[in-house]
Amino acid sequence: MIKFVNVSKRYPETGDVLRNVSFHLQRGEIAFLTGHSGAGKSTLLRLIAVMERCSRGQIILDGEDVGLAKENQLPYIRRKMGFIYQDYKLLSDRTVFDNVALPLVIAGYGHHEISRRVRAALDKVSLTGKEKKYPLALSGGEQQRVGIARAVVNKPPIIIADEPTGNLDPELSAEIMFLFGQFQQVGVTVLIASHDISLITQLNRRVLKLDHGQMVSS
Amino acid sequence: MKRSHHKNTIRKDPPARPVKQDVRQTKMAGGDFVDKLNAYRDLHAHALFSSLGRLVASPFTSIMTIAVLAIAISLASGFYILVVNLQQLTGSLETSNQISLFLRDDVSDAHANKLADTIRQNASVQEVKIITRDQALAEFKTYSGFGAAINALETNPLPIVLQVLPKNTLEDKQWLETLQDTFKQVPEVDFAQMDLQWVERLQSIVAVARLFATLLNVMLGVAVLFIIGNTIRLELHTRREEVVIAKLVGATNAFIQRPFLYTGFWIGFISGVSAWFIVTLLMLILRQPVEKLSGLYEGGFHLLFLSFTETLGLIVISSVLGIAGSWAVLNCQLHQTKAE
Repeated sequence: MIKFVNVSKRYPETGDVLRNVSFHLQRGEIAFLTGHSGAGKSTLLRLIAVMERCSRGQIILDGEDVGLAKENQLPYIRRKMGFIYQDYKLLSDRTVFDNVALPLVIAGYGHHEISRRVRAALDKVSLTGKEKKYPLALSGGEQQRVGIARAVVNKPPIIIADEPTGNLDPELSAEIMFLFGQFQQVGVTVLIASHDISLITQLNRRVLKLDHGQMVSS
Repeated sequence: MKRSHHKNTIRKDPPARPVKQDVRQTKMAGGDFVDKLNAYRDLHAHALFSSLGRLVASPFTSIMTIAVLAIAISLASGFYILVVNLQQLTGSLETSNQISLFLRDDVSDAHANKLADTIRQNASVQEVKIITRDQALAEFKTYSGFGAAINALETNPLPIVLQVLPKNTLEDKQWLETLQDTFKQVPEVDFAQMDLQWVERLQSIVAVARLFATLLNVMLGVAVLFIIGNTIRLELHTRREEVVIAKLVGATNAFIQRPFLYTGFWIGFISGVSAWFIVTLLMLILRQPVEKLSGLYEGGFHLLFLSFTETLGLIVISSVLGIAGSWAVLNCQLHQTKAE
């Protein structure tokens, strides 16, 4: 589902941030991406989000070589992925409903379909009844769940989470991880960037470890 | 029934589809064609009204921008209407190929009449009209507004004028000049003035004015483009987070651009309408003095306002400039907007 083959990323200012990174996540697999800060986690996630292109190597998402994709195809590749961020990245001037609906609006879904899917997604993250609230009126855990609902509302085959539990207490973190487990069970590939070692060891999942831009264990 | 079946097939998509088809599926997802069409229409309607709503929500900024643009656009249309009016002035004069013969002071009315008769004999002359000193004075009193001052004069300073209307049309200028020269030879004639010369001078003044106005309008148009472009750039900057999020969840550039293009449209449109009001207000202020002035020159000159078509053109051009300005900026900036 996510396949990196000898991927390198070089910035003119900082040099190589990723060097010869290779790994392969199968469909329905869940994995953690870890490493010290500056190890290249964020860069790797940006490459998966096709916000940037790699300098060398090959990235294959859902069977498609993104290096060959044209600029105007990138949005359609991104629609196969749901992104979850540590800072939630919600639009504070829009309601929970509108935030979760955004990917569907963008994909051009009809009104009824949007309404139905948003309610289903909010139900999945136990936020039913909060549709009309604004993100800032919610707690951190609730905002994170809005972010998750938005990531899964389009039923993408891939979910990428960047430090999803960074701002949450252990109890909420466990709840979020349980949700990810559920998505995995329906065949979604989940990649979670985290440095929460206790959480990672506790869950006993596959771990991709970056060190100074190189994959030291996968 | 058919529809729900269709949706079901999409939801049950087996995960191992080939890639190309996958992309298309994402594009096509979301119900049947009518549903899609409605969704697309809703997107546009939403962008149209939400962008207007944003302008209203920050009235101070919007009014400042629109005021600057409205003034620039009203300057441009002001110059335009000025030239149109000047053209009207030369237009009404264009038919005149008349030659005016100003007679010497010592020529009497009777003598002038005889001279007029002689000139009527000339084969190339169609008609001769005599304006006596008294007639000229009376006319001058009526139109110049110097009636009282003229009454104070002991003698009439105005000469007798013979207005000669040649048979030929304006086309043959050489011929007209020859005719003028012949009249100059007549001893009673102080000087012969071809009206055409005035028309020509006026026409070239109008031509210069028109060129000047065109150049100025192009410059003002470019200024409008830049002002709108800069406004959209700032708007894009303040809404950067929104743009990045939309990009991350798979928005195409067209989707992201849409509300900004509508913002550009509204700014251009509202500025165009405001400019129309400004120009019309200025014209209303000018109308009376201009018509009075025209009256003094015995003219049938009436101030022309912007016509319906011209008003429409003004608003369409302003709106198009608004869209073009935003489009140019969006195309440069969106490629640089990336998630951090």
